[in-house]
Amino acid sequence: MTKLIIDGKEIEADPTLTLLQACELAGAEIPRFCYHERLSIAGNCRMCLVEWVGSPKPQASCALQVRDIPPNRDGTPAKINTKSPVARRAREGVMEFLLINHPLDCPICDQGGECDLQDQAMAYGRAAFTRYREFKRAVEDKYMGPLVKTSMNRCIHCTRCVRFATEVAGVPDLGATGRGEDMEITTYLQEAIASELSGNVIDLCPVGALLSKPYSFTARPWELRKTESIDVMDGMGCNIRVDSRGREVMRFLPRINEAVNEEWLGDKSRFVWDGLKSQRLDQPYVRQNGRLQPASWSEALSLAANKLKSTPSGQIAAIAGDLAAAEEIKALKDLMHGLSVRNLDCRQDGAKLAPSPRQGYLFNSGFAGVEAADALLLIGTNPRWEAPVLNARIRKTWLNGKLRVANIGRAYELTYPYEQLGESASVLQQIAAGEHAFSKVLTDARRPMLIIGQGACSRSDGAAILQLAARIASRTGMIGPAGTPAEGGWIGFNVLHTAASRVGALDLGFLPETGGRDISGILAGAGSGEIGVVYLLGADEIDMNRLGRAFVIYQGTNGDAGAHRADIVLPGAAYTEKSGLYVNSEGRVQLAERATFPPGDAREDWAILRALSGTMGQRLPYNDIDSLRNAIIADAPHFAARDRLPSHAGADPAIWEKIGVAGNPDTRLPLQSHIRDYYLTNPIARASSTMAECSRLFVGAERMAAE
Amino acid sequence: MAWLDRSARSIFLWDIVVGFIVGLKYFFAPKKTLNFPFERGPLSPRFRGEHVLRRYPSGEERCIACKLCEAICPAQCIIIEAEPREDGSRRTTRYDIDMTKCIYCGLCQEACPVDAIIEGPNMDFSTETREELFYDKARLLANGDRWEVEIAKNLELDAPYR
Repeated sequence: MTKLIIDGKEIEADPTLTLLQACELAGAEIPRFCYHERLSIAGNCRMCLVEWVGSPKPQASCALQVRDIPPNRDGTPAKINTKSPVARRAREGVMEFLLINHPLDCPICDQGGECDLQDQAMAYGRAAFTRYREFKRAVEDKYMGPLVKTSMNRCIHCTRCVRFATEVAGVPDLGATGRGEDMEITTYLQEAIASELSGNVIDLCPVGALLSKPYSFTARPWELRKTESIDVMDGMGCNIRVDSRGREVMRFLPRINEAVNEEWLGDKSRFVWDGLKSQRLDQPYVRQNGRLQPASWSEALSLAANKLKSTPSGQIAAIAGDLAAAEEIKALKDLMHGLSVRNLDCRQDGAKLAPSPRQGYLFNSGFAGVEAADALLLIGTNPRWEAPVLNARIRKTWLNGKLRVANIGRAYELTYPYEQLGESASVLQQIAAGEHAFSKVLTDARRPMLIIGQGACSRSDGAAILQLAARIASRTGMIGPAGTPAEGGWIGFNVLHTAASRVGALDLGFLPETGGRDISGILAGAGSGEIGVVYLLGADEIDMNRLGRAFVIYQGTNGDAGAHRADIVLPGAAYTEKSGLYVNSEGRVQLAERATFPPGDAREDWAILRALSGTMGQRLPYNDIDSLRNAIIADAPHFAARDRLPSHAGADPAIWEKIGVAGNPDTRLPLQSHIRDYYLTNPIARASSTMAECSRLFVGAERMAAE
Repeated sequence: MAWLDRSARSIFLWDIVVGFIVGLKYFFAPKKTLNFPFERGPLSPRFRGEHVLRRYPSGEERCIACKLCEAICPAQCIIIEAEPREDGSRRTTRYDIDMTKCIYCGLCQEACPVDAIIEGPNMDFSTETREELFYDKARLLANGDRWEVEIAKNLELDAPYR
């Protein structure tokens, strides 16, 4: 520890810290533009200057390490002043330099009101006089794709965006050309930033040079109501802030949660909001003479109730979709239970995940656990598309220089190098048997981990692959001793989900009961006429053509595949319009708060199911969301503890034998991710024109190149 | 002798006489009242009357949808919605002022960075129905076109004191 006197206060700072961090420890506020906690240090904005007594010039505190500050000659600790006239005058000078070429267009700049430069100019700007008599420079705006709008006159060359793209996103598409006043930030050949994390440069930009294109000019930060919520576009449960004005969602921003998404957010999660406004189901519909006709709630509910009551329970099936919150899953399960329906499933993709043991379908090491791992085996997954923020964390761990990544399955373009072990499941068999070279890497690693994607689990031999993976986990020391991240010890067996509802539904047992049909059984039964009524709770990912002549009740938000096939449409609430519990891949229970109200006659989903149960005369035993949540907690006690990584303390080694089913996987079929298009994975994203454009630009081009 | 003076004044109705003298004086003095609305008194260039939205001489509307007037309005009577126009510039799609809520404080014109929203010299805009006082963007721009000459002159006169 090094002693420093900062603003007259003596502190002991870790020598590896920068002076800026040490000053913050001492309670001083240091202005900065280029410095960012999660990016490398550039030291080019010079705003963080502080006075080091005895040094001839002020020092850039972000680029000076505490270990490089020797004590004074007489042995007393070095004296740093952050508020002295020297420091203040230095910063005022820097601010004046920064503003030489910064246009005075705050009134038309979307960053106005949440701009670092604006705020710091209030503190360090010299309003008393001006020396700006020359013309300001003009820079051409650059094209950076359909998501990022540029206004390069405003750029102050902090290079945060360049460092983000190179270091975190792993796509070196951004760079600077020219020097001094001629410096310009641009993308390579002026093409779009080809990253799923490109939206984060908007948050990073301290001025209004990089802005959100879909949000442009529509709102001001001070008129937005901010609601803390949870994202459902993937299985990570990223923490988001929903900014809404009136009844409209205006944008999504990430919230900082070190354990889940740090402070990043994928582009789909960030820009999907126009899907909440288009193609929305805002009133009930009933199919008459082959066409969906608007109906009242009482008509739709009584028709649905009659249909459910007049059909034998063996001929009814219910499927829960990917965006459903735990509340409506529980309500639908109880409703179906009341009718003694056994054909329930939440695994639209046919994943062979079993409800127990719970470790068999969780991302057990936690997302933060990735940073502790030193060997990683990817099985049939493309983390870049399935969980872009997790992919950034894998890249961060690899950058820190100790992670070795190998992949079994199709070779995707990831943002870190990996060993391609093959596409066939036979490689898995070899590793499990210890015959493969990589099994030694895993055994020798201190904290090995594997990530198995839904693409692998949802194959017809998914259960066998899961068991192989579990065997690899227990044979190569992924189930380690105590004293490692999760309190119960290191568990490197990780299942990565892409459906936000999946873990919650598995926890609540929304699965076929004894003698019931699973998803493929339901579809086959509907096709052959053995299933007469299918209840789809926002389930749009199944092949609707296979539903045959079944009567379909669809409850959901957007007019997608399910609503087109449906005989009754019950309009529900999207994830920003209801308060709902979501469980992410790690098993972390998180609460998504309501930011706006559902459009038109649409209602909260659990309330619809409760009303339906009332129409059927078998009223569900909860009248408000609190008693429903209590019922959920009675079913699955871990729902009581929110925002917590499940502890695996005392996990019995024998449970690893219970994961999956023994069998020989099909070694001819290549393992691959089940996501064909990152931007269009759910009904809300498919309704979004921003996502459609991204898909056309990024995925369409890739497909065309592949064909 | 004060009692004599007081008694003489009351006996000869002196107060009445003084009243008549004052009345007669003003009967012959020049008149101060104005035959409003045919006659109008002078107005300060800073007078805060009916709102207008101004245009540049080119005909381009000045308002850039920065929403500072909306933010500062203490009566919260301004509602603005904005989006990019076809040419990419920042413009309002909706600019409403509820004149029944407005307290004519003039903070909107103080906040405006481009002198777009101005409280003009017009003060007699009473209507028969309440709805007519909910001004929209078209009405405000039309007001601006009607009062531009006077407003430009007023701004010029007030400029030295700003």
